[in-house]
Amino acid sequence: MAQLPFTRRRLLGTAALVGLGSVARSQAQAATPLTVGFIYVGPKDDYGYNQAHAQAAKALKGLSGVEITEEERVPETNAVEKTMESMINLDGATLLFPTSFGYYSPYLLAEARKNPKIQFRHCGGLWTEKDPPNAGSYFGYIAQGQYLNGIVAAYATKSKKVGFVAAKPIPQVLNNVNAFLLGARSVDPSITCQVIFTGEWSLAVKEAEATNALVDGGADVITCHVDSPKVVVETAARRGAFVCGYHVDQSPLAPQKYLTGAEWNWLPIYKDAIAAMQAGKVPAHFVRGGLADGYVTMSPYGPAVSDGARRNADAVKAAMLKGGYEIIKGPLKDNAGREVLPAGKAYPEKAAEMETTNYLVDGVRGSV
Amino acid sequence: MVADAAPSKLAAERPDAAFGLQIRAWLARRLEAVAIPVGAALLGFLLFGLFLAALGKSPLQLVEIVWRGGFGSPFALGNSLQRAAPLLFAALCVALPARLGLVVIGGEGAIVLGGLAAAAAAQPLAGLPAALAVPLMAGAAALTGAVWIGAVGWLQAFRNVNATIASLLLSYIAIALANHLIEGPLRDPASLNKPSTLPVGDAFMLGPMPMIGVHWGLGCGILACVIAYVLMDRTTLGFAARIAGGNVRAAQIQGLPVGRLIVGFTALGGAFAALAGYFEVAAVQGTANGTLAAGYGYTGILVAFLARQNPLAIVPVACLLGGIEASSGLIQRRMQLPDATVLVLEGLLFLVVLLSETLYGRFKLFNPHLWAEKRAAASATPVPA
Repeated sequence: MAQLPFTRRRLLGTAALVGLGSVARSQAQAATPLTVGFIYVGPKDDYGYNQAHAQAAKALKGLSGVEITEEERVPETNAVEKTMESMINLDGATLLFPTSFGYYSPYLLAEARKNPKIQFRHCGGLWTEKDPPNAGSYFGYIAQGQYLNGIVAAYATKSKKVGFVAAKPIPQVLNNVNAFLLGARSVDPSITCQVIFTGEWSLAVKEAEATNALVDGGADVITCHVDSPKVVVETAARRGAFVCGYHVDQSPLAPQKYLTGAEWNWLPIYKDAIAAMQAGKVPAHFVRGGLADGYVTMSPYGPAVSDGARRNADAVKAAMLKGGYEIIKGPLKDNAGREVLPAGKAYPEKAAEMETTNYLVDGVRGSV
Repeated sequence: MVADAAPSKLAAERPDAAFGLQIRAWLARRLEAVAIPVGAALLGFLLFGLFLAALGKSPLQLVEIVWRGGFGSPFALGNSLQRAAPLLFAALCVALPARLGLVVIGGEGAIVLGGLAAAAAAQPLAGLPAALAVPLMAGAAALTGAVWIGAVGWLQAFRNVNATIASLLLSYIAIALANHLIEGPLRDPASLNKPSTLPVGDAFMLGPMPMIGVHWGLGCGILACVIAYVLMDRTTLGFAARIAGGNVRAAQIQGLPVGRLIVGFTALGGAFAALAGYFEVAAVQGTANGTLAAGYGYTGILVAFLARQNPLAIVPVACLLGGIEASSGLIQRRMQLPDATVLVLEGLLFLVVLLSETLYGRFKLFNPHLWAEKRAAASATPVPA
């Protein structure tokens, strides 16, 4: 846009009038609240990925000197560029969290280059040194939560079959499927896990069909990795299966059948970034962590979880809280019989190999 | 036609009034085509205002926000036009078949496959000069879309398969096929967590249009609308298509090649829709991935119906819809309303405009033959209609 300087000045003027009274931004930096923008790909109340972020954003609203501006259901198209520009120009946002994975390239990168004074932090871990210095990323090792889900599921299953409704066969999802099965097998090595990929992040009809198919196939504990687990949780509970949650606490949807769940807790990451901005520093560029860092938490145990399950899961959780817990441990084969890791080798949560997972481990029924 | 008969007869009786009356009759008929949809749209906004008032929100604030978010500044206008660009192409995929009496709602599939074809074509073209490769990529996209939606026309014309259902089902197949190719044979191995094709490369990417900063899809989309208008309303081919759309039997008796017309115009509509996918790849994303199915094809249906299947009217309607979508962010942020609010508005507009279809020919103001009837009744000499 050739006329951008003019436009931006004018729009900043508008923003000052609307949001900040008549005080010019530059003169009153200290008194001006820090405006933080959150952008979600789906609805804020999806009982899933977006709600996990919106929950943290909501908690930030109480902080002094912080203004939150949010937009939901922004598609992963150039529409998100315009949303970012609008938040910067009209709301005066200086720290943006575009939370959906597909926002990063090329949209966030383009906006970061265009607005070097604005800080962009993206959920997903894509940032590298080559990318703009005012961009960055954060993510959590939630496969740990799925491992704990698996342990609890193993005590609940009678058929020794558990089910997983997955969106796409990409590394992050495959890590979760593998962790769920390995968690269950750490209790009972005879357990198998059937996985069904729906092909889309949010496709309610297929998610319901997949859940029904899993239950029809004998699975009696179901978990998932889709954007909104609501349909899976409700369908599974209606069919009498137990449920392990994902993204946020879904126990209100199935109070009797909900065992536990792997939840995101983005609040500490957001708080740290805001504190850095308020101190006049650049927020961290690359943040990653799991249970030990508080970025992943577990839902409270449901009424159907036995004492034995609680003790086992709590013990493993305590080990995970120390950091460096190895879920992928040799000797390990994938479900086509190829060796993933020989005996004596293991990948801790931070291993680079975990970013390129392209296999399902032995015991998972399904194919990538 | 029929409407012309009455005033010209009247004019023959009273030559002094002839010219003025003809002008008025012409103007009245033209005005009807604008006044009814605009009136319906205003009614839609009014109903939406009542909806907002019922929620305890100010309708006037909404008007102010739509203006500020969609049109009131160069940034807002650019935002609207950027969103309008794919809608222009998507709406043509509905409007062209509609003039032949076919309701094609599967443009989304052609958009997705068009984008994928463009990205796939870029790989073997690497190294060629952009002036050669760019039209080839666009051509690959257009051809793919033409085959896909042309197949819908063929099924309707030669196998009597309902075009609405066939196009919708083919759209699902198209998206599934595209996902399979993007996640399988055409996948860039480096695209780990967001499967995509290999990038088309900077050399083949289109820059923004001068002055307005919106990509070339906008300019080409407007051009496509003009071409479609000329073809449909100013050529014998278009005339033949409209005859076939009005009455298939009459067209067949006249010896018009109805089947070939249907296949041709559905294929053209598909080619236009596929160009929306092409621009999405070559001007926006740089690669083809799942986000090609962003829903433009479905919003295009709304645009085409609001424009009453007139290719020229698609341009302002797409800009209006683009503006409403551009302001949806501000509606959320300033009025604390959920995003679905904009869907309610779009749904109301669609409903009211569809209902307004029944009003054509009913208002005396716009219909010269009704003027004549009244005069005729007054002078007690019935005019045959």
